[in-house]
Amino acid sequence: MILTELEKKEAVEKSRRILSQNGSSKNSLIPVLQKIQASLGYIPPEAMREVAGHLGIPAVEVYGVVTFYNQFRLTPPGKHQVKVCMGTACHMKGGNIIMESWERVLKIKTGETTPDREFSLERVACVGCCTMAPVALINEKVHPRMTPTGVDGLYFSHQLANQQKKEVVSE
Amino acid sequence: MNNQNNAAERLEILRSRALAHRDSLRGKTVVAVGTATCGRAAGALEVVRTFREEIERLQVEATVIEVGCMGHCYAEPMAFIFKPGFPGICYGYLNEGLASRLVQDFLVEGDPCVEFALAANEVNDLVPTFQDFPRGMVEQKVVMEHCGFIDPENIDHYLAVGGYGALAKSLDMGPGQVIEEVLSSGLRGRGGAGFPTGKKWSICANAAGPTRYIICNGDEGDPGAFMDRTILESNPHLVVEGLAIAAYAVGAAKGYFYVRAEYPLAVERIRKAISQAEEYGILGRSVLGGGLSLELEVFQGSGAFVCGEETALIASMEGEPGLPRHRPPYPSEAGLFGKPTVIDNVKTLSYVPRIIRNGAGEFKNSGTEGSPGTAIFALAGKLVNTGLAEVPMGATLRQIIYDVGSGIAGNGSFKAVQIGGPSGGCLPEETLDTPIDFDSLTRAGAMMGSGGMVVLDQDDCMVEMARFFLDFTQKESCGKCTFCRLGTKQLLGILERITKGQGRPEDIPLLLELAGEIKAGSLCNLGKTAPNPVLSTLKYFRSEYEAHIHEKRCPSLMCKDLIAFYILPEKCERSCDACVGSCPVEAIYSNEDRIKVIDQAKCVKCNSCLVACPPQYRAVVKVSPPDLVAGKGGENDERKS
Repeated sequence: MILTELEKKEAVEKSRRILSQNGSSKNSLIPVLQKIQASLGYIPPEAMREVAGHLGIPAVEVYGVVTFYNQFRLTPPGKHQVKVCMGTACHMKGGNIIMESWERVLKIKTGETTPDREFSLERVACVGCCTMAPVALINEKVHPRMTPTGVDGLYFSHQLANQQKKEVVSE
Repeated sequence: MNNQNNAAERLEILRSRALAHRDSLRGKTVVAVGTATCGRAAGALEVVRTFREEIERLQVEATVIEVGCMGHCYAEPMAFIFKPGFPGICYGYLNEGLASRLVQDFLVEGDPCVEFALAANEVNDLVPTFQDFPRGMVEQKVVMEHCGFIDPENIDHYLAVGGYGALAKSLDMGPGQVIEEVLSSGLRGRGGAGFPTGKKWSICANAAGPTRYIICNGDEGDPGAFMDRTILESNPHLVVEGLAIAAYAVGAAKGYFYVRAEYPLAVERIRKAISQAEEYGILGRSVLGGGLSLELEVFQGSGAFVCGEETALIASMEGEPGLPRHRPPYPSEAGLFGKPTVIDNVKTLSYVPRIIRNGAGEFKNSGTEGSPGTAIFALAGKLVNTGLAEVPMGATLRQIIYDVGSGIAGNGSFKAVQIGGPSGGCLPEETLDTPIDFDSLTRAGAMMGSGGMVVLDQDDCMVEMARFFLDFTQKESCGKCTFCRLGTKQLLGILERITKGQGRPEDIPLLLELAGEIKAGSLCNLGKTAPNPVLSTLKYFRSEYEAHIHEKRCPSLMCKDLIAFYILPEKCERSCDACVGSCPVEAIYSNEDRIKVIDQAKCVKCNSCLVACPPQYRAVVKVSPPDLVAGKGGENDERKS
């Protein structure tokens, strides 16, 4: 995914602001990256270089940590982040079917973002709601006992809400 | 000595204030809604809002509070209503409509709506109590005693039930005595390995150097386990107190909560608990007004399963990728930043306050000789009553599954129980009378693990189960040891082939050989236990592997490549379109006789039509191997020609 100049500038500025409030010891690396991701939604190369400079470590080491941990993402997330639980209980109750349904509806693969950046799709390794399996999350909201038709329904209700918003704006 | 008396006195002041607050609620109506993550997923926040709005609208005198989870997750959202003149009554399966009805009928008109009641908190003539349930005979709540009954975001609630009393008592006993008490209680680490906690503490306390650290391991990564999350969300102060006592015992001035980033609510509640305890002078520069200083902090994990392993956890806190290192030296001698560090699981620490308060003897009264105390299991899968169960060690799997979990949901029959997550194994029917403790489970071929228990029925394929766990460990392997990094990939490849119907006769011996080598060639427990799911399913369910390999058939009708969906023409009710509407890919059409037919080329095998077909028809079936469909009349071939 190609970033615009504006996005690169935003990444640098926000990273600098976060870094200025943090110490320069190496053990703050992960907390700092978590804060940058919370603010930007992802960690672009520009931000990694800023972090490396601030902590006085090679940029490749930052890249190593970012790519080691599942939590960090390298590309901007969609406005609606869809996460499908792939824990044991969800898997046995058809988590992969739910994942396939999202892939079909959004026309993207796991780990990708739709070209309009409305949706991104990820797998998570158990959100601890095993008793409501299978579950999917949209942003932080948990949707329990998902079905393929339920996926269609959630997608259409988002489409509908978007359309209504556009109509309100154009009016 | 003066200092210590001071601590007890200070706590007494705090407690009497908390009790006064609680007594002010006596004689008033209180609605306590469970809003832990499981409750929220089921809609608990909407229920809370409805209760508040309706109470406001109807001008009822009642307080709505949010509490944690009692462990009855199957019935979420749940609420306890305490109304003077009635026992505390618990209602389950709530929604907005039911909540507003309870306000109108019960709070206003005084009809407790027993038809919606789940249980009561005391013996009465209206509703049975939880003790009257079959699970009441088995369960024994020690750690979860207050979960779901106190407001986790209000320290006064914890103080009112005797909270932080054990910390004050510890300060009075002195560190040596505290360790002695934990040692003699026989408490073993509940993270899975079962190392004696007191021994770990005393090694750390005796290690050289003035700086020591203490870490609470809340990196609960096992898919299928959610005990730590529930405790952190429902009674965070209990864990804070346990950690504070441990810190005092080993002489640490700084402690950390390492909590998964996937548990935002647990992180928030622990942070709140720490800051409340600091505000009350229970933590901080001067613990309970004495000379002890203790600073606690939350460190959020970043989604790496291997970080549940203690040396990997330490690496991640030091800003490194979470790679485990060789032990010894154990962290209790050289851990975080090279300093002696004690790392204890959430559940382990949760037992500590009670052991200190009531003595080691009480703790040893339950459980078995080698594994005293209770065990907490997260029950999930094909059970009627999913949720959390706290039972004494030594209870059998059968008791947990059939008494606590009320058996298999639907008309299913029990096939296996998966214990211990990706490191554990699948145990079949004949092992159900195995008593649960650290040693017996290992002997049976599973392991205690952190306590996730997923129950499987006849529709679950054991090869697919093994493939799922291998897929998980293969992705989560940190890559340090070759056998774990590449060996798990090979194992996974073979299992994938088998589930796709491309298995070869030599695959089973190959799996066994590779499994042994991965176990021998890995540094940490992730690799050492990674082949367990394969080994245990091969031991107990070998015939399923053989059916996949030799007959290209999945006996449980689960492996997608080996099944097909088919509509029985003689059972199809022609005027019903339920399956057509349910299909997400428009693969179902009506033939000239208006009988529904599945276009096998389009079908994505999502199970929707099977669920949608009304129970009086049951016309949709799964068949394996898939070419059986062609033999059943071949509707599809007809259409193609």
